[in-house]
Amino acid sequence: MKEIDELQLPEDLGYTDEHEWAKVTGDTIRIGVTDYAQDQLGDIVFVELPAVGDSFEKGDECGTLESVKAVSELYLPMSGEVVAVNTDLEDSPELLNQDPYTNWILEIKPANSDEYQELLSASAYLELLKG
Amino acid sequence: MNKTPGTSGLILDEPLLWEKGKPGRHAMSIPSSDVPAAPMDESLLGAEVDFPDLSEVDVVRHYTRLSQWNFGVDTGMYPLGSCTMKYNPKINEKHAATPAFAAAHPMLGDTHIQGVLQIMYELQHFLAEITGLDAVSLQPAAGAHGELTGMLIFHKYHTSHNSRRSKILIPDTAHGTNPASAALCGYKAIPVKSNARGMLDKNDVAALMDEDTAGIMLTNPNTLGLFEQQIREIADIVHAKGGLVYGDGANMNAVLGVVDAKKCGIDVLHLNLHKTFSTPHGGGGPGAGPVCVTKDLEQFLPVPRAVKEGDTYRLMTDQSQSIGRVHGFHGNFGVLIRAYSYILSMGAKGLNMASQLAVLNANYIRAHLKDTFHLAYETPCMHECVFSDKNQHDYKVSTLDIAKRLIDYGFHPPTIYFPLVVPGAIMIEPTETECKDDLDQFIATMKRIAHEAEHQPELLHNAPSRCKVKRLDEVTAARCPCLIGTAQADD
Amino acid sequence: MRYLPHTQEEIQDMLEKTGHSSLEDLFASIPADCRMNTSWDLPEAMTEWELNDHMAALAAGMKVNERSKVFVGAGSYHHYMPETVRHLMGRSEFLTAYTPYQPEMAQGTLQGIFEYQTLTARLLGMDAVNASMYDGASALAEALLMGLRVAKKKNKVAVSQAIHPHYRAVAQAYLAPTSYELVELPILEDGRTDLSSLTDMDDLAAVALQSPNFFGVIEDLEQATQVIHAAGSLSITCFSEAFAYGLLKNPGQCGVDIVCGEGQSFGLPRSLGGPGLGMFGCRQKLVRNLPGRLVGETKDLDGKRGFVLTLATREQHIRREKATSNICSNQGICAMTAAAYMASLGRTGLREMARLNYDKSEYLKKELIKAGAQLTFSGPTFNEFVVHFTDDFRPVYDRLLQKNIVAGLELGTWYPKLQSHYLFCVTETLSRQDMDTIIEEIKA
Repeated sequence: MKEIDELQLPEDLGYTDEHEWAKVTGDTIRIGVTDYAQDQLGDIVFVELPAVGDSFEKGDECGTLESVKAVSELYLPMSGEVVAVNTDLEDSPELLNQDPYTNWILEIKPANSDEYQELLSASAYLELLKG
Repeated sequence: MNKTPGTSGLILDEPLLWEKGKPGRHAMSIPSSDVPAAPMDESLLGAEVDFPDLSEVDVVRHYTRLSQWNFGVDTGMYPLGSCTMKYNPKINEKHAATPAFAAAHPMLGDTHIQGVLQIMYELQHFLAEITGLDAVSLQPAAGAHGELTGMLIFHKYHTSHNSRRSKILIPDTAHGTNPASAALCGYKAIPVKSNARGMLDKNDVAALMDEDTAGIMLTNPNTLGLFEQQIREIADIVHAKGGLVYGDGANMNAVLGVVDAKKCGIDVLHLNLHKTFSTPHGGGGPGAGPVCVTKDLEQFLPVPRAVKEGDTYRLMTDQSQSIGRVHGFHGNFGVLIRAYSYILSMGAKGLNMASQLAVLNANYIRAHLKDTFHLAYETPCMHECVFSDKNQHDYKVSTLDIAKRLIDYGFHPPTIYFPLVVPGAIMIEPTETECKDDLDQFIATMKRIAHEAEHQPELLHNAPSRCKVKRLDEVTAARCPCLIGTAQADD
Repeated sequence: MRYLPHTQEEIQDMLEKTGHSSLEDLFASIPADCRMNTSWDLPEAMTEWELNDHMAALAAGMKVNERSKVFVGAGSYHHYMPETVRHLMGRSEFLTAYTPYQPEMAQGTLQGIFEYQTLTARLLGMDAVNASMYDGASALAEALLMGLRVAKKKNKVAVSQAIHPHYRAVAQAYLAPTSYELVELPILEDGRTDLSSLTDMDDLAAVALQSPNFFGVIEDLEQATQVIHAAGSLSITCFSEAFAYGLLKNPGQCGVDIVCGEGQSFGLPRSLGGPGLGMFGCRQKLVRNLPGRLVGETKDLDGKRGFVLTLATREQHIRREKATSNICSNQGICAMTAAAYMASLGRTGLREMARLNYDKSEYLKKELIKAGAQLTFSGPTFNEFVVHFTDDFRPVYDRLLQKNIVAGLELGTWYPKLQSHYLFCVTETLSRQDMDTIIEEIKA
């Protein structure tokens, strides 16, 4: 497992205390899991994705990541409707281990863009990890 | 003392069943027909099933070789915590295979099957005596099945009191089956944290228990091998709010003849006959998980149960409040015979002695290893003790490595990474049937492994090295599951 | 006691090490008000020899025993059992092992279960089969729950009344505390299930039929599955006589989504109905919703083939209250036994044996009709069928019992409308002579 100072935490993302990241991409928001999350979970073997068109509230469970001996729920960092899911993950869940930031999980059309401002900055998230 | 049973020998390879054989071989005599061939509607007919055709010798060699890749209690020490891998007496196998019992048909009238009904009736009585509870159903086929039966009883009890409850309290040390069984009955599991001594605190239970909570499920001794000392007070708190207390009897082997479940305030308790009552685990089953209840809950038990009227045994089905059936017939009867045979062989004194020695063995290991491995809790233990890999962290050696190295020395590893409240848990349950010599050998081996962890950690990382296979790629197995073989029978 | 190895001297040494004054002292932490203070009403410990005598006396109390000719199946069947299978499965390396959590020292169990999954999948025409459930009845209950899980928003399931009454009872018990509804589908005159009401039902997650059903009648699974799928439901087939699929089209071929049933016929004794073997399989797309454990093939560090428990994240020890089932065990040695039995039969043996069961039961059916019995259901049957008699059959039944023959099962207990209708079963273990004895007794 990585030491805290080995973790990649890009500055241009918003983070949650459930170890997800969100990135503004035009009108939509891309969502994925952090380097810390993938490292803790270990080899990811399966990703359960929501259906395009599903709507969720902020904090709702919208999918799961599985390793061999653990399951981790994915909670939506912002309310919105799912407009795309990364189907590459269905056959290659290991992409999340290889690069958790290029490999986003789902894309939503936010119900309330202001919610992005409530997310943690990279430095605030790092503080959280340091405990 | 440094001698261990682990050594290397010749291991024979063996292909999958359908990778051997030749069409036209037989391994079983097929009687010739003494009746005319009957016509059959062709549209119902299927193709021949793609099974391999093998000879009798093919089958015998196949399974004999497979068996040699396995490790059982009869092979060596198997100190799996919470699993109670005690010796499985051979005489019990003989009695389970008694031709008249093996031929007993489950749908026939009571008068046809008095012998097996007497076994059921007496076993029900024995288990009630042993637990201190009043009535028993033998139907549940395993511990988790017993838990489900218990939760169905909870649900029916509350419904009969015009009460709908949605929650259930479950300690954080519980087996995963507890929340899963409760969830099947629609109960939301509310976790109760164990305290710094590894036990439940009555105040925590009092804070969570309310009139929307069906009751509590607890394991005592708990999965840390500790006796829940406040169980009586906890039961009173739960009862005061109209709830019931479920006892998971997985660890009953520690307290036979010592603890009375009814006096602890337990209303429903399941027993694992494959743990406490010595029936073999069969590489995963079958087990048996009879459920014992108080007089007040007897009316809710599954039907049928065996009763005695005069000199005759009969199956009683008229019980209007029953939850119904949880098994197609009468539970795993073959397993019940083994447990019955065990109880008759042991007698009351023998059963009590088994618990005493099980607890002695665990304490003996604990006393010897507590300076080598980190002990999770200082609280005195019952039949199992829980260590962790904390002392080995500096050497980058984990619980898994320690477990795998034990295999090289010829021991089955303890339960690892459970209970979840102890990170890197190593949970050791020697059981009463291990003798002091073997315990000493195990202790010496654990110390040797701790020494290796410090000086030659690669020996642990690369273990096991003496089995048919080395560590297996579980990641690929889960990413691209291959659950059935693909080759053709006659390839 | 011979299972307890400690000498008095060792006990003293060990107590010294642990710091306890006596064996009782080990239990000092147990509060007084939890203690057992009465002595148990249990018999004195028996020696091995006394126990043998005791068991022999109990066995003697079995009026119907291994020498009886039992023409009853109804979910529990008598088939020949090769000594090889009994012998091999009695090997303690298999019998006294735990669940294969340490795969390196459990490859025997793991390969054996992988073979069981494979042969069972071939038998049933399924893409995946789990390592087994408790029995046919609980497998049905789990299949219905799986159907509800897959269908998510639907809350109703339907089961045929021609499913074994005990299986239906178990399904009812499992579903009773839930908000799901279980409806029953009536039986047609030919003994098959009436599916005409399906078109009126919405929110039906799954429909379960048994084939051959409790009356031995072979359902038209192909046709039924089309109707069930048209109603937007999953098609579940259960069975109690696995031998049937040695002869009949398997459920997979008929389009069925989930198959569950009892595998006792494959090498397990009747043993009062347990332990049995819950066989359970499904289509590939449903695999992650399967209850129970699964064995998968993989490779070790050196690239050698090996087997492990896999997809464990579905199970209770990881997913806890969100698991696909609470089941924690499988019927381990029973599944291994079934695999050894299937392997012993082989492709040709299975076919011949299934055919023999069919031919023999057809013989008895024909002879009974000639002797004046009437067939209750007109549909085709496998090795069981239902008949009724114009005259009271009870006296004949009783006379045959004196000759150690159990002539069928009267169905009134389970189906009040079928009072004095008898369900007969004939397997390869019963001879033409046994059957002729029944006919002679009817004519007498």
